[in-house]
Amino acid sequence: MRQTVAALLAKDLVLELRTREAVPAMVLFSITTYVVFHFGLDRNSIDGDLASGVLWVTVLFAAILGINRLFVAEHEQGGFDGFLLAPVDRTAMFVAKAIALFAFLCVVELLAVPAFAVLLLGPSLGQALPELLLVLLAANAGIAVVGTLVAALAIQTRARDLMVPLLVLPLLVPVVLGAARASAPLLAQGGAGPLPGDWLALLALYDLLFALIAYAVFDFLLED
Amino acid sequence: MLPDHDPAVSLRGVGRRYGERLALRDISFELATGQTLVVFGPNGAGKTTLLRMLATLLRAHAGEVRVLGRPLPDEGYAIRSRIGFLGHEPLLYRELSGRENLRFHARLHRVAPASVEAVLEAVGMTRRADDPVAELSRGMVQRLAVARAVLHEPELLLLDEPLANLDPAAVAQVQPLIGAASGRTRVLTSHDPVGGLVGADVVLGLKGSRAQLLAPAADVTAAQIAALYA
Repeated sequence: MRQTVAALLAKDLVLELRTREAVPAMVLFSITTYVVFHFGLDRNSIDGDLASGVLWVTVLFAAILGINRLFVAEHEQGGFDGFLLAPVDRTAMFVAKAIALFAFLCVVELLAVPAFAVLLLGPSLGQALPELLLVLLAANAGIAVVGTLVAALAIQTRARDLMVPLLVLPLLVPVVLGAARASAPLLAQGGAGPLPGDWLALLALYDLLFALIAYAVFDFLLED
Repeated sequence: MLPDHDPAVSLRGVGRRYGERLALRDISFELATGQTLVVFGPNGAGKTTLLRMLATLLRAHAGEVRVLGRPLPDEGYAIRSRIGFLGHEPLLYRELSGRENLRFHARLHRVAPASVEAVLEAVGMTRRADDPVAELSRGMVQRLAVARAVLHEPELLLLDEPLANLDPAAVAQVQPLIGAASGRTRVLTSHDPVGGLVGADVVLGLKGSRAQLLAPAADVTAAQIAALYA
């Protein structure tokens, strides 16, 4: 399966590099949203729970843009049929797409989190950065797993653009909740507090649970 | 390979519907290894559905389908590497070049990269192999689609109007790969009552989702085929 995942992932990354359909839109959306929050909240800086909420809600909505585009090439250019005609494990497509979405989110956050720090965040990020990275990675994994599953389901419907947010937002509430609660002490005024391990553990558990569900059902989503 | 007595394709009472609409009903035939079945019929008669079913992309809602000795859909995984499918869509990514597309499919089928170059040469696309598919003419895309379908040296070819968009020179070029001379078992669709019979062993005529004609090609006249479209 490793070779199939590598082939699919390489293809997806090349397609994104050529078309620039997902990542630039996600980055622009994130930065624009932080600008809107900057003026909308009418505050020079935010911290703690509010900062954490703004960071994660924005990341979540930006992720929806990427989730919507995840299977479009497969759907519109015969990628599903080409894949289904090959003698390969069908779960490989789920794994490759989830890794691609995870990578897209990491690239987006590489630009969006500094923008968030400059435009909105009161406390310096420097001290909290290693632990925040841990939360970002765990949350990205959750968004990637749930998002890939939902994208594969929604691509089969005519109202894909509507179905993705309707399905993915409720399913990602635990991810946003865990990520926001885990990040809040890290973004507190007066220095970063300790990372709440229980919320990080909840995130990891949710990631694992959905990875198992996806492994069990993804084949059926590709079936006729 | 199959034992001599085992047909390459065998359908018994096969039906398929899309929602309430019946696309195929009670289709039965057998095709021996190495033979060519040509399927004629007007638009919407069920030709593409039949091919997609044999390719393991669709499942039958009634009857039994056996391809290369395996029952479908249960054992579809065992025969995918032995089937070459050329449908209406080329199954190529527009932003990738022809070579990149074929290398991608070669990796999925565990085929050596050298085969990609050989098949590009065979369809006469070596010179334009690095151009994005989006920049190629429909005929060139069809040549690449032929290359994709035969890249893994399949035993059974499922071809949906394979010569569409090809000029006479391109037709001559792809014939050794997908024509009767390829020696492969073939199921193909056609609307050409004269050209479609070239190389055919068996003819299946579909109309109104039913088999209206099933006979050895030598016994079939152009008038019988034209009657399917009346």
